Amino acid sequence: MSALLDVRGLSIAFPKATPVRDVSLTVEAGETVALVGESGSGKSLTALALLRLLPERARIASGEVLFGGRDLARLGDRELRDVRGRDIAMVFQEPMTALNPVLSVGDQIAEVVRLHQGLSRGAARARAVELLDLVRIPEPQRRVAEYPHELSGGMRQRVMIAIAVACSPRLLIADEPTTALDVTIQAQVLDLLDALRRDLSMGLLLITHDLGVVAEWADRVAVMYAGRKVEEAPFEVLFATPLHPYTRGLLAASPRLEAGQHCSVGPLNEIRGSIASAAGEKGCAFAPRCPLARAACRIAVPDLVSIAPGRLSACPVTTAAPVSEACHAAPVG
Amino acid sequence: MRQLPRILTAVRRTALQSVPTIVGIVILNFFLLRLAPGDAADVLAGEAGAATEETLAALKAKFGFDLPVLQQLGTYLWNLAHFSLGISPRYNQPVAELIAERLPNTLSLMGAALGFALLTGIALGAVMASFAGRVPDKVLSVLSLLFYSIPSFWIGLMLIVLFAVKLGWLPSGGAETIGAGFSGGEMLLDRARYLVLPAFSLALFYVAIYARLTRGEMLEVKAQDHVRTARAKGLSPFAVATRHVLRNALIPVTTMAGIHLAGLLGGAVVVETVYSWPGLGRLAYEAVLGRDFHVLLGILLLSSLLVVAINAAIDILQAALDPRIEVR
Repeated sequence: MSALLDVRGLSIAFPKATPVRDVSLTVEAGETVALVGESGSGKSLTALALLRLLPERARIASGEVLFGGRDLARLGDRELRDVRGRDIAMVFQEPMTALNPVLSVGDQIAEVVRLHQGLSRGAARARAVELLDLVRIPEPQRRVAEYPHELSGGMRQRVMIAIAVACSPRLLIADEPTTALDVTIQAQVLDLLDALRRDLSMGLLLITHDLGVVAEWADRVAVMYAGRKVEEAPFEVLFATPLHPYTRGLLAASPRLEAGQHCSVGPLNEIRGSIASAAGEKGCAFAPRCPLARAACRIAVPDLVSIAPGRLSACPVTTAAPVSEACHAAPVG
Repeated sequence: MRQLPRILTAVRRTALQSVPTIVGIVILNFFLLRLAPGDAADVLAGEAGAATEETLAALKAKFGFDLPVLQQLGTYLWNLAHFSLGISPRYNQPVAELIAERLPNTLSLMGAALGFALLTGIALGAVMASFAGRVPDKVLSVLSLLFYSIPSFWIGLMLIVLFAVKLGWLPSGGAETIGAGFSGGEMLLDRARYLVLPAFSLALFYVAIYARLTRGEMLEVKAQDHVRTARAKGLSPFAVATRHVLRNALIPVTTMAGIHLAGLLGGAVVVETVYSWPGLGRLAYEAVLGRDFHVLLGILLLSSLLVVAINAAIDILQAALDPRIEVR
């Protein structure tokens, strides 16, 4: 059986840069895949490219985005519009700005069901109320007439989710859906996404920089660094035995209560340097910051090699000499 | 509209608050106009050519210009309180009648010009924004710069040369065919033919302003996140541009149009003169030359009333367009 979404060798280019290179990714129906990386790693661009929502100057330079047997990267504009919002929906990062400030939330939800399901004005309104109820917004009858500025951040993100799931899409792409929210609200929103994924049997592609989110909600994790996928594994495996030095660094930099780590004990580990050091690097983009880097690392980009089924890593150093100091990471709350 | 009760209170309060404002404006205008040398009697006497001291004194006494200034103001305000704008010494006619004769002409010219300018300007701006940086945008930008910088009297004259003199399609001036005795639909058509050229000359400048403003605002809105959300819903580019971009971009355009609407009442002197259009702008201009202060005060009073009314209307319109703005 082929995957719900199968991205093959995706590269995204701006006139003077190629911020995403050769990224491959699959999402199965009903599965949650997390795409992890720091700011500037190209994870959001990758997400936007799937529905061709890239900024004006960016374009898909090469690669395929296979969904339901069709390549979305080459689909006609009209056919692509039928996919957007109906088969694949997106939730964006900033609920403050991602909703139109001058239309009521009911209108914004109704718009998508009228478009794709041809509902009448009245039926779409009723459906909007149902959807607000589905995303657990209290008093949906009243809220449906309100405007985004009258709702809290968490409420707005629920409205975004209601818009996204309105046509029961087969794939939901959530681009940092909780970054702009309070910690307490974050968990509620992610719980909601997870519940909807199960109820509507959607695939969920979760873009995030938060490993805590990954630990609790993802089935599989792909780690990106400087525009390339550097490691992929089921989440338990990744947390137990991270292979790529970047992944190890990320996990070591996460605070863990079990380890008795606290700001009073000592500083949190960090990955020294910045992602900017990847610019102009001929070999592994992480080499300038990598404690294990060798001369060979700086000559050619290491291949992403398959180590076990569903287990990929792009570091020849750690793959050859497997985990010496396994990093035992536990979920962060 | 759930803001309706709020709107009614707001209108009532604006009306009450405007009374002292208007009285203040009248008094201020009254004294400002006194700063100009001479009065209507001087001008009348001067035009007569052979006026004696006695005739002048008689004229002044007749119109009350010999009274102390404060007493004149008192009389004016007293009349105003009885809804009388006084009598024009020059036309020997009540000011209210004079203004009432001219007002429909000015309103139709203003309405036609601004209506045309808004529709065309917004449409052009939307086209420019959709093709930003490409050929249609560049051509229209140059065109709107031209409209913006060509003086309206020159456009007026050129249009007369082309459409009235060379082609003979449209009349060169006036507001209706004199003595034609049209009625009903024929009259409307006749008036419309006279209206086309002046309204168009007046509108071009505003077309340029609205086009550039709409273009800029649309490009700004287009870059906002919610437009990407709209595209992610699968809406067509046209639906995104009209429902999600243009609508949000119109809010600053309404503010600008409100300011223009209020200003056009007295500001169409040049075009009215070129087309000998019997509107308020020319009446005001002639009143200044003739030191016909009662007429001038009447027009200024009307203008200030219009400004107050339009400002209130724009506030309500903006609240309707943008729910974040509340009618207070």
